[in-house]
Amino acid sequence: MLRSKCIEAIYPELHDKLVVTNMGACAQELYDLGHRDNFFYLQHAMGLASSIGLGLAQSLPHAKVVVLDGDGSVLMNLGALATLARYRPANLVHIIFDNGSLLSTGGFPSHTADGATDLATIARGAGVPHVESVSNAYDFMEAAADAFERHALSVIVAKVEAVGPDHYGMHFQLPENAFLFKRWIAEHFGAA
Amino acid sequence: MTVSRNNSKIVYQGIKDAGIRSISALPETWLVYLLQLASSDPEMTLIEVAKEEEAIGIAAGAYFAGEKHILLMQNHGFLAAINGIVSLAQLYKIPLCMLIALRGHWGEPYPWHTRGGIVTEEVLRALQIPFEYARDPAKVGKQIREAYTFAQSSLWPVALLLTRDLMED
Repeated sequence: MLRSKCIEAIYPELHDKLVVTNMGACAQELYDLGHRDNFFYLQHAMGLASSIGLGLAQSLPHAKVVVLDGDGSVLMNLGALATLARYRPANLVHIIFDNGSLLSTGGFPSHTADGATDLATIARGAGVPHVESVSNAYDFMEAAADAFERHALSVIVAKVEAVGPDHYGMHFQLPENAFLFKRWIAEHFGAA
Repeated sequence: MTVSRNNSKIVYQGIKDAGIRSISALPETWLVYLLQLASSDPEMTLIEVAKEEEAIGIAAGAYFAGEKHILLMQNHGFLAAINGIVSLAQLYKIPLCMLIALRGHWGEPYPWHTRGGIVTEEVLRALQIPFEYARDPAKVGKQIREAYTFAQSSLWPVALLLTRDLMED
């Protein structure tokens, strides 16, 4: 299963949601489908995408927040899964694309590469109320559609191939992404 | 020496008077009463983290959402949060108002706090984070308001260091 195909499959559902991605390939693949101002790409600070999602979800209970993350980033901030579970925002969906690789930083195998570490089991152990583990496109779509509808904190671990885009680049500077994202939220949720 | 319950109340009132309604924090001794006040206040959203770097992400999310948010942490937690401060807050111009308990400084009896205490100010300077010392309960409320205002106008992290003079009786 390709991450790019997974993102493409859910892209039409993301137009009204607050979307936060981790760095590199995942960010680029979403961007390449067509940027929207409700997308925030965290191009560094690995591990913090889900923490940004928690801050958004707690502050905006009427918004649906979708975090697109990777195994390497999640492994850098495993405690964040426990923090998510403690506050379990019902409006947050955390999708972890697990390619068993630190693909965007050289392709070294991550701790999940040989199956020894299972992020879905970790999420369940952390106390996340709804966790799905999927490895084909049909199951991914079903799990994502269910999580988008469900009023409960959800984690989806999607096993994908270690393949990324052949190019990187966006049309704006990083702070511009933050400014536009904040403005989109203000316009759609009436926040300051 | 004990943690000052009275000054903790004054600091908390300063946080409330600054309009703050959302706090991310990791508990530590000097912050115990502050966190008790926050967790029992129905007007306040308190998110306790497993490690302080998470709080940088949470603060960014709250900022995007238009929520008035501050971070409470010990200086060792600040040291643990540096990559988030640099590569999220500073990179994307996201303001952070950090109230940091300055352990390991003048009068510190515990050896384990001392390395962090000795390097904290120099690390703040290296990161170009403006900071002030909160020592006087009569002034701390104004200092919190000003720290928050400055973070918002500069789109940059700002630190108010909570000192032993303020936090212990």
